Amino acid sequence: MSFVFAVTIGVLFACGVYLMLRRSLARLIIGLSLLTYGANLLIFTGGDLSRRAPPIVDAAPLEAMADPIPQALILTAIVISFGVTAFTLALGYRASQAVQTDDLDALQSTDTDETA
Amino acid sequence: MNSLVVLPFLIPLITGFSALIRNRTPRRYAFVIGMTLNLLFSLWLLNGAANGDLRVSQMGGHPAPFGITLAVDTLSAIMLTITALIAFASGIFSLVTIDANRDRFSYYPLTAFLISGINFAFLTGDLFTLYVAFEIMLMASFVLLTLGGERGQIEGGIKYVTLNLISSTFFLIAAGLTYAVAGTLNMAHLVERLADQPTPGITTVLAGLFLIAFGIKAAIFPLFFWLPASYHTPPVAVTALFGGLLTKVGIYALWRVVVMIFPKDLAYLQPLILAIAALTMITGVIGAVAQTDFRRLLSFHIVSQIGYLIMGIGIGTPLAIAGAIFFTVHVILAKTTLFFVSGVVHELKGTYTLKKLGGMVKSHRGIAALFFLAAMSLAGIPPFSGFWAKLILLRAGLEEGHYVITAVALGVSLLTLYSMVKIWNEVFWKKAAEKVTDESLETHKRGAATPFELRVMIGVTAVMTAVVVLVGVVAEPLLVISQQASDGLLNPTTYVETILTPETDNIVPEGGE
Repeated sequence: MSFVFAVTIGVLFACGVYLMLRRSLARLIIGLSLLTYGANLLIFTGGDLSRRAPPIVDAAPLEAMADPIPQALILTAIVISFGVTAFTLALGYRASQAVQTDDLDALQSTDTDETA
Repeated sequence: MNSLVVLPFLIPLITGFSALIRNRTPRRYAFVIGMTLNLLFSLWLLNGAANGDLRVSQMGGHPAPFGITLAVDTLSAIMLTITALIAFASGIFSLVTIDANRDRFSYYPLTAFLISGINFAFLTGDLFTLYVAFEIMLMASFVLLTLGGERGQIEGGIKYVTLNLISSTFFLIAAGLTYAVAGTLNMAHLVERLADQPTPGITTVLAGLFLIAFGIKAAIFPLFFWLPASYHTPPVAVTALFGGLLTKVGIYALWRVVVMIFPKDLAYLQPLILAIAALTMITGVIGAVAQTDFRRLLSFHIVSQIGYLIMGIGIGTPLAIAGAIFFTVHVILAKTTLFFVSGVVHELKGTYTLKKLGGMVKSHRGIAALFFLAAMSLAGIPPFSGFWAKLILLRAGLEEGHYVITAVALGVSLLTLYSMVKIWNEVFWKKAAEKVTDESLETHKRGAATPFELRVMIGVTAVMTAVVVLVGVVAEPLLVISQQASDGLLNPTTYVETILTPETDNIVPEGGE
């Protein structure tokens, strides 16, 4: 089971990195989201993948309970990445307005001394 | 009483919400009052920490490994205080430099949220909460950096956001895997559990992941390229705040996580870290020497100075870490002051381009003196603070026999002096480039500040310079407290016991939670 998860995580990371290395701004943002998904799935896999009882006191013996912490971490991370993605999309939109292109290589004016 | 440690997080947060008021004047008052309170409270905490207090609070009264722990030890107290001081100074500076448009689009709330995130990172005793604190800080810094929407800001913003999100992903992965390995995220608990970890290979991987995650935030070689691409684009008050503080939060996280939790792996990674330190110093300072823009030059210097802090971590003796902590305080103060000076120069001359500046030693003696003091301090000329900071680090390096890194540090110090002299020559010493300056002054975007505003700007810069000089001339107290902080970091027994022992858990019924 964890092998399937490991492969899935690997594919997510690979796709994310590949998209980020393209020159398109939109692909960069999608790539960043994919990386976050990969990280979330990795935390999930780092917990226990077997079927277990819900972690409610007295509902199940302690040993049979699932560990709720990884899920809690992932939930927090998902909420944060939601906000961050929204911001990146807005930033990407403004950038495409300001630069009039989707090409990341066009974003070089801050690397030279001409601006500022 | 100990539940008060949540205040450095809460005060800026509440300030941020208060500063959302529509009316301009009360908004600014709310901001200044909040930042003042934050500074006073941090000073009180620092005073307590200097006397050996370790304040711990368990949020919601859940005992240590299960709840969220907030702890203020000496290191946290130093960082909180210096943050509060910089936030206050750059807050006052921004009152007279931030244009009405940015002001209307919640500049002050964002700054307050940024400070609240930074303070939260210094307070927390829990890895995942540290991640959340970083995200609060990052989110506020993203918006602050791009607020105003000028083309340079958007372009710099994209690089800044991308690299920082990658760093967050690394951090998240590292935190998740740490939980999978150790079954806890509480730092004190981790120190205890990882001390006798049977498979040392895994913890080395974890330490490496944390090194990458925090290294991107701290702008170490070769992960620093986002910094000089973005830091010179926002208004100078933002640059001063970012340049002073944000990378040092990454350094703090390295201390707190890599040095405190993974000491054995740190020893294993030592050659790598020292190499990184040397390369960070060299590339940063060479990059700085090549620049022809005031703020870009200073931005590259941030990278170079980070190398010294990494060097402290790499050497890893109590003296080296104490030196790094001292260095952090020094560099935050000096760097922010230099950015303030660049802001004042820009206000007077309308440009950051070194070529177009000049002659200011005659026309503005005071500003030249302020720059000179701050720059000499950064370069490490005795008796200024930079000298003591470097002296401690070099001595630590020589004691441990790390001659190469010590030599590099000395050489880079010379280049730092050279690049500071370059600014001095271009901006102050050489004859004014008559024609160009006048033109750009007329087409100056903001419109010249009123004499009062200018006086405030210079006043803030002067006070900061005074603090920089004071830290150098009266170095003893800071040195003592840095050593205390470094001991706490390298021998975290008290820290661990205070947090994990239930009796010391401060579950006061009238607590603020």
